[in-house]
Amino acid sequence: MSLPMGELEVVGESAPLTNKTVTGSSIVGRSLWSIAWRRLRKDKVAMTAGVVIVLLILIATLAGPLTALYGQNYLTHHNLPPNALTDSATNLPIGDFGGISSTHWLGVTPVLGQDILSLLIYGARTSLIISGLATALSLVLGVTLGLIAGYYRGWRDTVISRIMDVLLSFPTLLFSLSLIAVVGIVNSSPGARYAIIIFVLGFFGWPYIGRIVRGQVLSLREKEFVDAARSLGASNGWIMAKEIMPNLLGPILVYTTLTIPNYMLGEAGLSYLGVGIQPPTPSWGQMLSDAGNYFQVDPMYLVLPGLAIFISVLAFNLFGDGLRDALDPKSTR
Amino acid sequence: MVRFITFRLLGAIVVVWIVSVVTFLIFQVVPTLTDTSPVYYYIGKVPFPPDSIQFKALVHRFGFDLPLYAQYWHFLSGILLGQNITDGVSTPIVCPAPCFGYSFRQNELVGTMILNAAPVSISLLVGAAILWLVGGVAVGTLSALKPGSFVDRVGMTSSLAAVSLPIFFTGPLLLLIFEYTLGWLPDTSYAPITEDPAQWLRSMILPWVSLAFLFAALYARLTRSNMIETMGEDYIRTARAKGLGRRTVVVKHGLRAALTPIVTIFGIDVGTLIGSTIITETVFNLRGIGYLSIKSIQSLDLPVILGVTIIAAVALVVANLIVDILYAVIDPRVTV
Repeated sequence: MSLPMGELEVVGESAPLTNKTVTGSSIVGRSLWSIAWRRLRKDKVAMTAGVVIVLLILIATLAGPLTALYGQNYLTHHNLPPNALTDSATNLPIGDFGGISSTHWLGVTPVLGQDILSLLIYGARTSLIISGLATALSLVLGVTLGLIAGYYRGWRDTVISRIMDVLLSFPTLLFSLSLIAVVGIVNSSPGARYAIIIFVLGFFGWPYIGRIVRGQVLSLREKEFVDAARSLGASNGWIMAKEIMPNLLGPILVYTTLTIPNYMLGEAGLSYLGVGIQPPTPSWGQMLSDAGNYFQVDPMYLVLPGLAIFISVLAFNLFGDGLRDALDPKSTR
Repeated sequence: MVRFITFRLLGAIVVVWIVSVVTFLIFQVVPTLTDTSPVYYYIGKVPFPPDSIQFKALVHRFGFDLPLYAQYWHFLSGILLGQNITDGVSTPIVCPAPCFGYSFRQNELVGTMILNAAPVSISLLVGAAILWLVGGVAVGTLSALKPGSFVDRVGMTSSLAAVSLPIFFTGPLLLLIFEYTLGWLPDTSYAPITEDPAQWLRSMILPWVSLAFLFAALYARLTRSNMIETMGEDYIRTARAKGLGRRTVVVKHGLRAALTPIVTIFGIDVGTLIGSTIITETVFNLRGIGYLSIKSIQSLDLPVILGVTIIAAVALVVANLIVDILYAVIDPRVTV
């Protein structure tokens, strides 16, 4: 009788000391975030995608020093003799594969002979600034309004939900294109371009996150911990910020990583159609639009910006996908 | 049921009305913020100085000197009741309802321009929609049957890759490969199906594939997650326990339930794409509604932009309405 008891006691006492046997089992309490991080670290695809994203951000931030180090810039046109890199008769880059050389690692563009690598580096900056800020705008609007609608319900919910319904049944692309075109006449400065593109992408996108947040808040507000906070006399603002918001961070984070690539494609699409970022500011979409005129004779010019978009967007999508799996308690991976 | 449909119908009308007001305000009012008269966007260059009598006469003829509500009423009543379009000199052009105005830039009724462009867009949309629905659902179902298997991982990774590829990259790439390198599609210029079905097919294959590729990927992911959820339901286990064959369980019990939300999204996507296949039409040089809209946006041809935007909104709202009603019919859980 006494022997098993004694053994149990010994195990119980020594367990916290001999960390080796117990860690990894269910005894150690972990937060949702540390569990998610452990899962994410095991997901090789997501981690690779994460590294690509970090590199992309570094490239965009250090665009100036990087191109200086490499010794080229996108503003210089190499199309005039005596140092022309494009053929004066065909306007195409001289040399194989779009004029790839030791000085121009990825070749030059047709007609103007701009260095493609530096265009791509600065294009990354354009793409990230616009998609990042537009996502931020969608988040601020969507989270705030979704929170208000779901928390207060009543007339606020009705108004906000109807606005979301209307926005979601708007012919968004057509509308954005026209809006940008009209605003472009009023103010055609590059800053205004950036602002209006960020605005249309972010503004028409907020109902998506708004719906997710509203749905989550509707169920969260009925939870016991919210009742507890309320009975302690917490104000509505406190409950929303300190009790409900932390529970929304997971979905918001996943949404963010999946929205950025969408807006990258959006920016590229607008620039492709000629209503987005205007030259000389580089944009991948604008490069593809230009490349569309020469792809039969200069396929490299099409492939390079295309790959840049593909790799960046795919990296965000893969990372967001991994993040969702890592944060989902039901996920088996 | 009647009540439900009436409510949805009223809602749809309100949405279209809101779209018409907002579109009208943006395109008629924003230009005036910089003292640019909308006249410029109606007829392009105006050969008179802004304070001349001739210019004021033009402003008056288009009604831009009226109060806003009167201008809006003129615009709305034009659509609903039809109007006679006049430049004050030549014989008025009769524009019966629904009249979306007249493009003074291209000397044509907006309604006629949209009607002429519609067959191209519809050809593109119908073919692509069939491809992406069949392809997406097939890949998604196969993936869902064995989650985590090789087929699943290949299917899902390639679908993520597909949604990361913009059409303005895949489109030219396909053209480069099939038209210029392999020479399988030597001439991809559009011909109406009624005139030359073979040429119509040749011109449409690549646009269909590139548009469908993108959407098939989205649908595959959606079908997969719905299907996995459905296959975990109790009634699927019951069906299996009854001794039904795997095929019957998957197709009749699983797929049918998993497809209901897909139908919803399919309707909305098709509705959205009418008038929004702008990029595909630009890439493949198809003169559809999308091409018409981007050309009029680039040249700021206001009446055409207004007309196309409202048509696109109507298409989207009608698609939403049909889907809502279908959903209420298919899914008994929707309270009617």
